[in-house]
Amino acid sequence: MIRDSFFLAFKNIRHKGLRSWLTILGIFIGITTVVALISLGNGLKDAVNAQFGISSTEVITIQAGGLNSYGPPGSGSVDPLTLEDLDAIKRLGTVERAVRRNIESGKLEFNDIVGFGFAGSIPDGEDRDFVYDMMELEAEVGRLLKDGDGKKIVLGYNFYAEGDKAGFGKRIYPGDMILLQDENFEVVGITKKQGSFLLDNMVLMNNKPLEELMGYGDNVGLIAVKVKNKDLMEEAKLEIEKTLRKTRDVDEGEENFEVSTPEAALGTVNQVLTGVGIFVGLVAGISIFVGGIGIINTMTTSVLERRKEIGIMKAIGAKNSHIFMMFFVESGLMGLMGGIVGVLFGVTIGYLGISGINNFIGIESQIKLDYMLMSLTLIGSFVIGSLAGIAPAMQAAKQNPVDALRG
Amino acid sequence: MQKEDENIIIRLDNISKIYEMADDVRVKAVDGISLKIKEGEFVAVMGPSGSGKSTAMNMIGSLDIPTHGKIFLDNENIAEFEESELAQLRGKKIGFIFQSFNLVPNLTTKENVMLPMIFQGLDKEERVEKAEELLKKVDLGDRMDHYPNQLSGGQMQRVAIARSLANDPEVILADEPTGNLDTKTGEMVMSFLKKLNSDGKTIIMVTHDPDLAQSHANVVYWLRDGKVEKITRRKNHIHISEKELKVRRG
Repeated sequence: MIRDSFFLAFKNIRHKGLRSWLTILGIFIGITTVVALISLGNGLKDAVNAQFGISSTEVITIQAGGLNSYGPPGSGSVDPLTLEDLDAIKRLGTVERAVRRNIESGKLEFNDIVGFGFAGSIPDGEDRDFVYDMMELEAEVGRLLKDGDGKKIVLGYNFYAEGDKAGFGKRIYPGDMILLQDENFEVVGITKKQGSFLLDNMVLMNNKPLEELMGYGDNVGLIAVKVKNKDLMEEAKLEIEKTLRKTRDVDEGEENFEVSTPEAALGTVNQVLTGVGIFVGLVAGISIFVGGIGIINTMTTSVLERRKEIGIMKAIGAKNSHIFMMFFVESGLMGLMGGIVGVLFGVTIGYLGISGINNFIGIESQIKLDYMLMSLTLIGSFVIGSLAGIAPAMQAAKQNPVDALRG
Repeated sequence: MQKEDENIIIRLDNISKIYEMADDVRVKAVDGISLKIKEGEFVAVMGPSGSGKSTAMNMIGSLDIPTHGKIFLDNENIAEFEESELAQLRGKKIGFIFQSFNLVPNLTTKENVMLPMIFQGLDKEERVEKAEELLKKVDLGDRMDHYPNQLSGGQMQRVAIARSLANDPEVILADEPTGNLDTKTGEMVMSFLKKLNSDGKTIIMVTHDPDLAQSHANVVYWLRDGKVEKITRRKNHIHISEKELKVRRG
């Protein structure tokens, strides 16, 4: 009987044509909004991650606090991190590896054009592999740095990209010489495109030459920590904070450093997205509610229009439950159709939005389709349609066959 | 008496239908009708408009419950049934043919014929097979997937006949079956009804056309003002030729 109800309902919906489509408009807009927002939101999170260079989710970063409102991480701090802090962290039980990074800003000169850029240090030995791994660094052309490279540098993709993204008038190739703080360096490689403004404009060099060039001594820009086990993230964070309070002699609540897990780094982004999400969700909710009312309206009209049909069906043996199911399922199916069209449009908008963002800020984030959410959305839209159909379907079922036959 | 009751398929026992209008006005649409319809009979219920024949027909078809009196369908008092049980019983025992065909517009011919079987819960293969068989029987084997608006009046009424036979009912209740058809098509529909009658179906036809009633039915109930005015029976059913019918109609 259920299958027959679906069959009859489907025939009715098809018969109504344009009116069916107009009826599902409200549901459709609501679902489109929800699906587009969530697809976009997921993509946006990825975009933001890429922008901050948080590609590996297992890494904790530590920076000194203080005057750090502008400039690369660690620079300009009154009380920078030191090698002593690094050693203390390395000794912790939850920490597998702790690596020093320094990122300095300085003058760049090439092709007689003077620019301003960031140079990041790469540590030696096994730590080098860890950093390459963490940043997912690979050479586009040439090679990456290796131990013992002195006045050699690797440049971010933008220096090499077409269209003069780095602003030096022409592309820079491995083998070119470039002036950093008025000293000559040889470019040995270009990294693959990272999708982050910071990383694609970065100059990379080994720690020793960078230290000699910039003279930061024992100061450490930031410490990247690999935790032994992903589950130990929170524990490691607390341990590191406790250790640094000791080595830097500060009380709890007055920390002059910042330990951030990937989750925390994403926190701000999530907050914004959540805010936007609540607003759009509200709009979508209203739209779906109005859509539900629209279905009630159409179904009620439909019951009145099809009184005669109801009469015929009752005369030839339809039980009240048959009539109820026919209208109830029809209503549910309209909701479901709204849901399906909504999901399709939502995903499309998500795709367009993501590619728009990608073009705008020059990254390559991917849309993330949440299939679980989509199934729930479809089920939800069927339920909304069905709920909207209850009252009209009851009205249809209780028609007196004689009166109904009269039309 | 007992023996006689055995083959009575529908019995109306002094039934009345009273409509309460505004200002305490009561309209007696049907006022104390009693009749017995035997298996295999071709019965006509005759009367001018306003005679209560439509109301009577609704009650004969157990679509409506009388205000007073009892109706027995296959010796069962229909007042004792729940609405849905009655619908099921009706769907199984009575096939309806209406003046305005009353096909469901958004279903194909075949689906329309299948509809009564859907409500009786027959499985799909069975219904398809039966519907096709019935449509072939009414010479519409080539119109199975047409929609009602693609059919002529005569074709629609034949679909309705096929639909009325879907659950193999004992009784066919035809309400002015030729009312919306031209003479020739009407005759064709009547000949289908005659054929069903000779196959053993009980036919109850409601009409305002005395010639139609007299030429086909072996019992005619003449209604006037909600009462049975007279009953005419033919011991030997004489078929009046279509030609003669035309002459009589002028």
